[in-house]
Amino acid sequence: MNHDPFANTAHNRDASGLARRHRTGKTWQAIFFSSTVIGLLALLALLATVLDKSFSYVAIEYKVEPASLAAKPLDELTDAELVNLLEANLSKNRLRTLDRAKTLTQRTHSDLLNLVYENILEPRALASYSISQWITNSQQIRAEVAKKYPHARLEFRAWINGNFLIDPLSGDPLLAGVRTALLGSLYLIAITIAVAFPIGVGSAIYLEEYADKKKWYNRIIQTNIDNLAGVPSIVYGILGLAIFVRTLAPITSGAFLGNADSNGRTILSAGMTMALLILPVLIINSQEAIRAVPNSLRQASYGLGATKWQTIWNHVLPSALPGILTGTILAISRAIGETAPLIIVGAATFITSDPSGPFSKFTALPIQIYNWTTRPQEVYRNIAAAAILVLLISLLSLNAAAILLRNRFSRRHA
Amino acid sequence: MTSQTNSSNVIIQAQDLSIFYSSFRAVKNVNLGIQRNKITAIIGPSGCGKSTVLRAFNRMNDFIQGAHISGKILFHGQDIYAPEVDPVQVRQMIGMVFQKPNPFPKSIYENIAWGARINGYKGNMDDLVENTLQAAALWDEVKDNLKKSALALSGGQQQRLCIARALAVKPEIILMDEPCSALDPIATLKIEDLMRELSEKYSIIIVTHNMQQAARASDYTAFFTMDDDRAGLMVEYGETSQIFTRPQDKRTEDYITGRFG
Repeated sequence: MNHDPFANTAHNRDASGLARRHRTGKTWQAIFFSSTVIGLLALLALLATVLDKSFSYVAIEYKVEPASLAAKPLDELTDAELVNLLEANLSKNRLRTLDRAKTLTQRTHSDLLNLVYENILEPRALASYSISQWITNSQQIRAEVAKKYPHARLEFRAWINGNFLIDPLSGDPLLAGVRTALLGSLYLIAITIAVAFPIGVGSAIYLEEYADKKKWYNRIIQTNIDNLAGVPSIVYGILGLAIFVRTLAPITSGAFLGNADSNGRTILSAGMTMALLILPVLIINSQEAIRAVPNSLRQASYGLGATKWQTIWNHVLPSALPGILTGTILAISRAIGETAPLIIVGAATFITSDPSGPFSKFTALPIQIYNWTTRPQEVYRNIAAAAILVLLISLLSLNAAAILLRNRFSRRHA
Repeated sequence: MTSQTNSSNVIIQAQDLSIFYSSFRAVKNVNLGIQRNKITAIIGPSGCGKSTVLRAFNRMNDFIQGAHISGKILFHGQDIYAPEVDPVQVRQMIGMVFQKPNPFPKSIYENIAWGARINGYKGNMDDLVENTLQAAALWDEVKDNLKKSALALSGGQQQRLCIARALAVKPEIILMDEPCSALDPIATLKIEDLMRELSEKYSIIIVTHNMQQAARASDYTAFFTMDDDRAGLMVEYGETSQIFTRPQDKRTEDYITGRFG
């Protein structure tokens, strides 16, 4: 050990407290790791709850027992047999109304099946038990249903399914779908992006490339934008109500285009309100991205005799674009889940017709979710959970599209 | 301020040039006539305003807030700071190569073509790219990879690409701001050889920290230093051989012999 350079006291591990320093480092590492784990657990808990509620056992009572209508399960019947069923069980008037809406024989199989359910079977959901409840005590649930609802049948139901996406809103939770709300949300996001992206990127370019940061008015603008990013969304809702819904009603209702049957509570108003809401975030993120473009790139461009605009358009913006798109993704994620401003600017809570353009009345997914969760019946919680899944999935796919776009751009310019 | 230069062959001339950053005078009273088709080196200790003067020659200081000048810079007899002169046009005629290689994050081909295109070049772009890359002694190394990203090149190759890029807009003067300080000795020698070849067609002004480089590669040398209130000034200007063998000013002698700076 005589030749061990670490043996003398000056370099001794214990003497210099090295072991303790390593311990401190390890402790902090463990703390940081556990914060990550806590966040992850919270996320998993959320997903688990939503998924648990999206699938459930429902106690359904039919006005007419399905088995009494036909010998085999209803969805195995042919179109003609379904039409026969309708004709045999419905009043002449009801039949005529349906036929006038769309000739029965020309309707699709699923359409006919729905008609049979809505008009003949008229199912009613009396109680709903989530998967976790069912797994833990299915015996008790069976007993309870048999006692409380002697005529009801327990059926497994996946609330998130193809029909849920395709069907319009309905007062009956068993038949309700989110098509109206989903289309409303997509329209809304399209308008929001169309309004906010050019204005946001334009402001960011002005503030970063043109504005003299020493001038007091530019500093005021900058400070204001930074603070506006933190203003509660409901305030933007009130602003949207005052400006877009009320003051600009002739424009936002489409009245200037001869659209008479509408007020200012349109997708256009809501989209522009959302655009206002995400503008500060979008501007700040775009500014960061533009600021991150190295100055050497601008100098190289100027050194070749490029004008300011040529430099911005050909070098600054392409280099900043991936960052700008990342900021846009974040902003859109915020917009698609916002509820409060939509309530203020007058999203309809119940509407069954699809949005037909920027001037139509609308509803959106978060509005629908909010509306459904406020109902007392258990089944509404199930469709709310399913709608949350739809919202999450559409958010993820929007983001995935933006990320693909961004990656394509970074590759091209790296 | 000795000046044993041929005044009829001056391409760009600083007259009583002082450069200010807001109220701070960074460079004072420089009189410097740059010779056509020669390499002029500007040397001096750090902070003496070498780069500031260089950047004044193509108005790159315009981008620094509060920077302004007094005096004149005459290019073919025209003051480039006159109000009717467009700085964009100045920079097209007086190109610049920077300290750190800064190619655009595009292909090698696009790096060359872009400057020519924005300046209205109408000829055959392929020929221009080949000619300028050949002039910058880079053609043989990249001719099979013109579509490759310029960022994939080595530092020395990137710097030669930046020189080629500057050549493509057909300038008369090329300003080089310590172009070799980020390069290894072999790449540095290549750039110096290249400068010698280019001086047949272009006038080159190079700022360098490296006195051997100035002695090796330049025809004329200007020595800058700073006075007590940190303002840069030109001490001596003349043929490189004279500056390095028979400096007339004590301060120049101290600097090149390594006693100062």
